[in-house]
Amino acid sequence: MSEMTYLRAISDGLRTEMRNDERVLLMGEDIGVYGGAFKVTDGFIEEFGADRVMDTPLAESGIVGTAVGAAVVGLRPVCEMQFADFVSCGFDQIVNVAGKMLYRQGLPVNITVRLPSGGGFSGGPFHSQNPEAWFMHSPGLKVVAPSTAEDAKGMIIASIRDPNPVIYMEHKNLYRRVKGEVPEGSYETPFKARVAREGDDLVVIAYGAMVHTALEATADLDGASIMVLDLRSLVPLDEQAILGAVQRCSKVVVVDEANYTCAAGAQVAALIAERAFEDLDGPVLRVASPDVPIPFSPPLEAAVLPSVERVREACRQLLEY
Amino acid sequence: MATSSTDVPIGPSTPALEDPSAQLTTEDRVGLLRAMLLMRAIEERAMNLYRQGKVPGSFYDGFGQEAVSVGATWAMAAADRLCVLHRDLGAHIVRGVQPAAILSQYMGRAAGITNGRDGNVHFGDLRTGCVGMVSMLPDMMLVAAGMAMAFKLRGEQRCALTWFGDGSTSRGDFHEAMNWAGVQQLPVIFILENNQFAYSTPIKQQFAVNPVERAAAYGFPGVSVDGNDAEAMFEATRLARERAISGGGPTLIEAVTMRMHGHGAHDDMKYVPKALVEEWRQKDPIDRQSARLKELGVDVEALRQEVRAEVDAAAKKALAGPMPDPATATDRLFHPREAQEILLEDGAAPWSGFGS
Ligand SMILES: Cc1ncc(C[n+]2csc(CCOP(=O)(O)OP(=O)(O)O)c2C)c(N)n1
Ligand SMILES: [Mg+2]
Repeated sequence: MSEMTYLRAISDGLRTEMRNDERVLLMGEDIGVYGGAFKVTDGFIEEFGADRVMDTPLAESGIVGTAVGAAVVGLRPVCEMQFADFVSCGFDQIVNVAGKMLYRQGLPVNITVRLPSGGGFSGGPFHSQNPEAWFMHSPGLKVVAPSTAEDAKGMIIASIRDPNPVIYMEHKNLYRRVKGEVPEGSYETPFKARVAREGDDLVVIAYGAMVHTALEATADLDGASIMVLDLRSLVPLDEQAILGAVQRCSKVVVVDEANYTCAAGAQVAALIAERAFEDLDGPVLRVASPDVPIPFSPPLEAAVLPSVERVREACRQLLEY
Repeated sequence: MATSSTDVPIGPSTPALEDPSAQLTTEDRVGLLRAMLLMRAIEERAMNLYRQGKVPGSFYDGFGQEAVSVGATWAMAAADRLCVLHRDLGAHIVRGVQPAAILSQYMGRAAGITNGRDGNVHFGDLRTGCVGMVSMLPDMMLVAAGMAMAFKLRGEQRCALTWFGDGSTSRGDFHEAMNWAGVQQLPVIFILENNQFAYSTPIKQQFAVNPVERAAAYGFPGVSVDGNDAEAMFEATRLARERAISGGGPTLIEAVTMRMHGHGAHDDMKYVPKALVEEWRQKDPIDRQSARLKELGVDVEALRQEVRAEVDAAAKKALAGPMPDPATATDRLFHPREAQEILLEDGAAPWSGFGS
């Protein structure tokens, strides 16, 4: 075990798996010589060489499309989108080529696409998005979103080993803010939910950066016993864990940093409405960004992103219900 | 060299190809004709089945363009990999896909290559080293470039090939793939199937400069070839493959041809001047190859009958096969971790030059 940031944990996972498996190669813009826009692959080119830490042309469709080709002849590419937002330029290759290949013709596509996501830094409308729901709505893709350093490492390794296309959401606001003990060597974190804090009166369901917002918001909430469920994986969605938490707590707040409509949390709320109606002692409340682009100026951005205060408010409201 | 039928200037003239017959035995030349006859017979049968309501959706064929896929695929080795497009059924035939499996595919039967999950030529039999196309054009150029990238990274003497139409050159993935292949000097062959139209849109509304000329701007050669001559297609592809596997990088081959049917079975192609179709009918690739073989004393009529009988039997078999079980509609979305790794396998490579 050693303590490291969420960002270093991703690096550690990538490095571990590259040492384990020579089929693994990294592809992305400025990831080699420069070490990546966020320095996730800092120093990699020295250890693994320019072939395996490939500085690509500025071409997201190209990155994903060539990765698919390399995967079906035996490599295990890990693609970095410089910011999650730019995945829109590679969307077609992910959704139509990678996502449908196995279903259509029995050919698995073992690629991992890393998406540095999320707001909170005045990134503005093109460097702050949380596009995970686009991919949840596209059959054939797994979508994961670790919130801790330990899971960040275990899930990048599990994503690379998974024979299917995996969209790996890494929230930029966790990169250097979140630290934790991370096991040495190789291990995998399963694509299943995790109880971030036990509790009985209410459950907050979240993933990625919002797990930390939820934990902070409910650390001391008028003495209530509040569970925080960290989904970790959005596809597959750990329905068992969600339904179990609802049964235990009977009150649910679902938090997304993404835009409200059709967000991951909307799927969670729908699942609960369909399968756990009898267990509820109140409406399912949702906290998310309103349906606007993420604005640039700090007061505007703060007005949009879910805050500790908004989560606390939702919990209070529901506890009093 | 074939002439282009519009006022868009065509690309650099074909470099003097070596005499293809020097590379092809009589058996090869019969094989080329046989594959083209099979393609035409299967597609004709499928069109009939479509009219009888047995092929759901729509149906797209490569009538008149058989030489483009058959000739090019004849030059590919077993370990090479292909992304096959919608006018290129001949590629699947040369790589070893059985006619009954193709007809089952068109009819959405359980025995189709995709088991009913996708229609018409949207398939790739992984046992033949082929990746099935997606509809989005020309996405497969990038997939082919990626396969070539893997070959180059591993130091393997293999190459990847894909086709795409004139219309497909307008989308961004054409640029991304051409640029990527040029930057990394990948062992990939891009075949631009210039059949003069993209659905109803003639090439003069598609590009101001013939895309074969763009190759130079991406750092590799582009050549125009008579796409209605299977042997010329073979030879151009063979040379491109030689370059590719010896580290010479990509090649863009423009196969100049003509779409002789509507875009799909539903399209009466009123927008195509009749005289143009008539002009191209004289250049039919099957007639061309038949004439060559007759001169060599090959009994072409016997070959035609043999192919017809094969397709009859295949249609019978396909029609007798069951539709897919609706209970399987949600299967095989994800590959289980514990299951064996599945990769593309080697396909048939009948060219005598490979010693087979
Ligand atoms: C990106 C994209 N847009 C639209 C279509 C619908 N479409 C299918 S085939 C076709 C024409 C393609 O023309 P071309 O690339 O010249 O190939 P051809 O069919 O002539 O062989 C169109 C517009 C498509 N398949 N992909
Ligand atoms: Mg065309």
